[in-house]
Amino acid sequence: MTTIATPRSPYTRSPRRGLNWEKAGWLYMRISGVILVVLILGHLFVNLMLGEGVKGIDFAFVAGKWASPFWQVWDVLMLWLALIHGANGMRTIVNDYATTRGMRVTLKTFIGISAVGLILLGTLVATTFDPCPQVSVDQLDLLPSFCPPQ
Amino acid sequence: MSVASATRAAKSTTRPGGTLYRGHEGMWSWVLHRITGVAIFFFLLVHILDTAVVRISPEAYNAVISSYQNPLMGVGEIGLVGAIVFHALNGLRIIAIDYWRKGVKYQRAMFWTVIAVWVVLMAAFIPRQIIVIISEVQG
Ligand code: HEM
Repeated sequence: MTTIATPRSPYTRSPRRGLNWEKAGWLYMRISGVILVVLILGHLFVNLMLGEGVKGIDFAFVAGKWASPFWQVWDVLMLWLALIHGANGMRTIVNDYATTRGMRVTLKTFIGISAVGLILLGTLVATTFDPCPQVSVDQLDLLPSFCPPQ
Repeated sequence: MSVASATRAAKSTTRPGGTLYRGHEGMWSWVLHRITGVAIFFFLLVHILDTAVVRISPEAYNAVISSYQNPLMGVGEIGLVGAIVFHALNGLRIIAIDYWRKGVKYQRAMFWTVIAVWVVLMAAFIPRQIIVIISEVQG
């Protein structure tokens, strides 16, 4: 038999144990959001406003940035924060609109795999990057000017 | 609800009222935040892949990145930057609504502040980008 609480009795939360993941995700969206404002607007300003804008972006430009740990850390941090933020946001949207359990599981699996795969790929690329790789003679002018002669 | 107000509610098809969230700044900021969030997410997936090509060779990366350097993509970048700037500013507004004591009271004013700051930032970016697009065309 179900007992009905006395009318007007104060609301009590059902006790839960362990970490509240939904709340952690909610908090994460806000904390990562604040940091991402700085990282992303800084990224856009340096890459699109300064210098020649998007026209100036090429291998030498990227090499010039990633020769410095400052931009490597900046970009890897941005990568992790933005992908997890975006993937968690997409999860919310799937929960809102996908009507069957199968569809929800499928879409969230795709989102999760893309996020994890691209975080690993991006981190690997940015941390193992060589600004002065060995290239054939006709491509020497594609390298940044600070590279030693090959 | 009285009969009169029920009839009024049924007639007012253009402006749904009576809920906190439907219509007006609260709803439209949410719609825009959601659409821009999805758009940025899909762009980010592609952007990590195109950047990963730097690890293959300078020649390959320059070839890939040059596909961004034409007038069509130049205009697309204006849309992308517009979406990111809106999402970033409105994200700060959402955080303020959640954590600032007067956030809910000023959510509407904060929405129009977001729009105003967005206009200022875009007014700084768009002319700059148009110059870049023209110089791309001229080679
Ligand atoms: C620039 C800094 C950013 C800020 C300040 C920001 C802020 C926020 C906030 C506060 C939320 C709301 C979460 C909630 O309602 O619980 C959110 C949702 C979301 N964000 Fe961001 N975000 C930023 C960047 C990004 C980026 C880079 C992406 C994509 C990779 C992204 C994708 C999303 C998505 C998909 C949602 C879910 C939208 C929804 O549920 O309607 N955001 N963002």
